Amino acid sequence: MSTVTSAVRLPQKGSALVFLQRYGVYLAIALLLLFNLFFTPNFMTIDNFRVQFIQVVPVLIVALGMALVIGTEGIDLSVGAVMALSAAVIPLYIGYGPLPAAILAVLAGCLIGLANGTMIALIGVQPIVATLSLMVAGRGIALLVADEQLKSVIDPGFLALGRGTIAGVPYSVLLALILVGLVAVLVNRTTFGKQLVSIGGSRRAAELAGLPVKRVLITIYILAAALASIAGIIQTARLSASVPSTVGNLIELSAITAVVIGGTPLSGGQVKVLGTVAGALLLQLIAASLIKHNVPDAYSQITQAVIILLAVYLQRGKAVLK
Amino acid sequence: MTEQLSTAAPAPVLEARGVGKTFTGVAALQGVDFTLRAGESLALMGENGAGKSTLIKVLTGVYQPDEGQMFLHGEPASFAKPVDAQHAGISTIYQEVNLVPLMTVAQNIFLGREPRNRFGLIDFRKMQEDARSLLATYDIHVDVRRPLRSLALGMQQMVALARAVSIDARVVIMDEPTSSLEAREVETLFRVIGMLRSQGIAIVYVSHRMDEIFAICETVTVLRDGRVVHNGRLADLSRVELVALMLGRSVEKVKRGGVTAFGEVKEGEGEPVLTARDLSRKHQISGIGLDIRPGEVVGLGGLLGSGRSETLKAMAGVMQLDEGSLTVDGKRVRSGSVAAAIKAGVVMLPEDRKAEGIIPNLSIRDNIVLAALPRLSRAGFTSRAKQDAIVDVFMKRLRIKAASPNQVVSELSGGNQQKVMIARWLAMNPKVLLLDEPTRGIDVGAKAEVQALINELADEGLAIVLVSSELEEVVEGSARVVVLRDGSVERELRGSEVTEQHLMAALVGENHSPADESPAEIKERL
Repeated sequence: MSTVTSAVRLPQKGSALVFLQRYGVYLAIALLLLFNLFFTPNFMTIDNFRVQFIQVVPVLIVALGMALVIGTEGIDLSVGAVMALSAAVIPLYIGYGPLPAAILAVLAGCLIGLANGTMIALIGVQPIVATLSLMVAGRGIALLVADEQLKSVIDPGFLALGRGTIAGVPYSVLLALILVGLVAVLVNRTTFGKQLVSIGGSRRAAELAGLPVKRVLITIYILAAALASIAGIIQTARLSASVPSTVGNLIELSAITAVVIGGTPLSGGQVKVLGTVAGALLLQLIAASLIKHNVPDAYSQITQAVIILLAVYLQRGKAVLK
Repeated sequence: MTEQLSTAAPAPVLEARGVGKTFTGVAALQGVDFTLRAGESLALMGENGAGKSTLIKVLTGVYQPDEGQMFLHGEPASFAKPVDAQHAGISTIYQEVNLVPLMTVAQNIFLGREPRNRFGLIDFRKMQEDARSLLATYDIHVDVRRPLRSLALGMQQMVALARAVSIDARVVIMDEPTSSLEAREVETLFRVIGMLRSQGIAIVYVSHRMDEIFAICETVTVLRDGRVVHNGRLADLSRVELVALMLGRSVEKVKRGGVTAFGEVKEGEGEPVLTARDLSRKHQISGIGLDIRPGEVVGLGGLLGSGRSETLKAMAGVMQLDEGSLTVDGKRVRSGSVAAAIKAGVVMLPEDRKAEGIIPNLSIRDNIVLAALPRLSRAGFTSRAKQDAIVDVFMKRLRIKAASPNQVVSELSGGNQQKVMIARWLAMNPKVLLLDEPTRGIDVGAKAEVQALINELADEGLAIVLVSSELEEVVEGSARVVVLRDGSVERELRGSEVTEQHLMAALVGENHSPADESPAEIKERL
C-alpha cells in the first residue's frame, strides 16, 4: 500500500510547488528585505523596524484570532466592530484606571464573540452570515456607547501601552509576542487546540468522537473577539483617542489575508501560527516598501490583492495534490 | 492466458506491454502486460495497493509509465495528460460524478461542444432533443431540462456514462461505479454496460463486489504487488480461486477459512453489560430491546431501512430517543449524548468512515488519540510521550501499515483507516463496541484482518454489536443475530439457527416465506 500512497503524496514535478506552499511567505519576506537592502535608503535600520513592528501589531493580534476561527472552517468578519466597541468602552471607564478599563473593554468585546459563537454553534447560522450581522451591529453599538464622538484619552499609564518601551522594545510589540506564544501553545500543545483542528477537519466526525464541539466553537469565537478587543485597546493607546467610527475598519480583510498567505487553508483543519505572523509582517513590509518609494496607497492595495490571489492559488494546488 | 482468446477474439483496442512505474524507489507496477479487446468487459482485480489505481492512472494519462509501451489500436501510443487519453477515446467513470451539478442534464452532456444556431448562440432546443434521444438509446428516460443534482446518484452516473460514450469513447474505465448506487440503479448500469459492449466499446471494471464482477465481466486481470498474476476468462475461475489469486494464498487455505476470517464464535455468559429497553424514535425505531453480554458478538440483521443503523446510533448517543432506556453495567445512560455514551463505555464505528469517522487532514497519531485526548493530557496540555505510548501499542497490535504515526490519515488505504478508527475506540477501554459496516469498502486482505480482530476482541471480553450488509459476515461473525424489520425486532436467531437461510427468512418476515423471493433478490435489497 505504501507504493500507491507515496505516489499520491509526492507529485512528479511538484517539489518546487510544495516548497512555495510551505515556505512561500518566508521567501517573500526575505526577497522583500533583500530588495529594500539595496534600493531603499534607511530601510534596514532599527528605528524603521521598530516603526514597522508597532504598526503591524493590531493586524497581527486580530489575525491570530482569525487563524483560530479559520482553523474551524469558520470566518469572523466582526473583528473590526469588536475593536471599535472596545475602543468605545475605554474612555467610559478610564477613570477607574487603565487596567479595569482594559478588562471591561475586553469583556465587552467578548460579548460580541459570545453572540457569534452562540449563533454559529447552537443555532447553526453560517459563520459568514452570523459575523457579518455583528460586523454591522457591533459598530452600531460601539457608536451608541461612544455617543458617536471621538474622545481623547490622556491617562499616562494607558498611553504607555502605545509609547513605552522595555530595552527598546515597545510594550505593544512585547504584548503581541506574548500573545503569539500563547496562541502557538494553545494550538500545538493543548487538547483544545487538537479539538479545534479536528472540528475544522470534519465537524461530523468530531461530534461522533464525542468532542465538545459546541463548547469549542463558542470558545473560539470568544477568543477571537478577546484578541480583537486587545487590538482595539492598543490602537486607542497609540492614537491617544477612542475613534469608534474608524478604528478597525477593513481590518478583517487584512487579517484574513495574513492568515491565508501564512498557509492556513480557508477550508479549516489546520492553524499555522508562525505563518500568520509572517503573513501579517509581509503585508506590513509591502505597504512600507511602497510608501518609502512614494508609490500611492492604491497600488499597495492592488499588490495585496495580487498576493491573496497567489496564496490562494498555491493552496488550491495543495488541495489538488492531496 | 490471453493466447487462448486471441484466435477468434477481435483486435485489441488498448494494450500495455511491460509497463513499469516506480515512485521514489518503490515499484508500483512491474512488467505489466494488459490487453483489452473491443466489446470486452474486463475485471481488474487486486487488493488495495496491488497497483490497480496506478495502472488505471497510466492508462488514462494521469501518470506516464517509466518503462514499457502502450498501444492503441495496435499503434504505439503515449498520453502526456488525461486529456490526451480522453481524445484517444478512453473515458473514466468515477464513483463521484465529475459533472456540473447545477447545470441541466442536456447541458452536461454537451458541455464544451454545445450545438450552435446560425447566430453562433447555443441551440437549446436541438441540444435537448439530442440529449433526449441519446439517453433513450440506453433506455434512460429523464427530463433533460432538470438540473443534474436533482437526479438520483445512479442516474447522474448514467448521464456521465452517456456523455462519455457520446464523445466517441472506445474504452470506458469504471472505478467502483456501484459503491453508492441502489440495487435498481445497478441493474440499469449493467444494462447500459451490455449495450455499450454490443457497440464494441470495451469496459474495464473495478469493484470489490464479487457478485457484480461475476455478473458482468467476461475476462479478468489480477494484480498483486504491482505484477499481473493472472489473465484469463472469468468463467474458468471460482470465487475462491479468484480470492486466492488476489491474496496469493492457496485455495485450500481460503476454503478452510470460509468466506470470512471469523473463527469460532460463542454466546456470552453472565450478566448483560448493556441492556436496551423499548428504544423508540418516531418513524425510525420502535420498542427495540437488546441484551449484550461480555465476550459475545451479536449480529444486528435487517434490510436497508429496517432501523439497524438507527439502533446503533441510539445506543451510541448520536440519536435522541423519544422513549426507552439504555443501561450499561446497571447504570442508566443519558440518551442523545455521545460523550455520555462514551463515558459509559459504549462506542460506535460509524458506517461512513470518510465523512463521520476519520479526520482526514490529521495524522494517524492525532486520529487515534482524538477521543482519549483529555485522558492523555495534564491540565489541558497534551503529552506527546503518553500519546506515543498508546499509538505505538495500537499500531503494532492492529498492524496499521503506515510510514509513521505522523502520516496523514487520508493517505492510508480504507482498511488501515478502519483500523485507525478501531484503535481510537480501543484507546477508550470500551465495554461495548458497536460496529456499523466495519468492512465496507475495504479490500479482501484488510477485511479478513478486521474480521479476525473482531473475533479477538470478543474473546478478550468486549461486547460487540455487528451490523453488516453482507449476510455471510453477520452469520459467520455472530453467535446470535437479532433481526430487525420495519424498526422493531422481528426475531432472534440463536445457535444452529444462525444460518443464511434462517436469516433471510427472518429479514423478509415469517408470514412472507423466503420461497417468494430468491436469495439473490433479497441480497440486492440489503
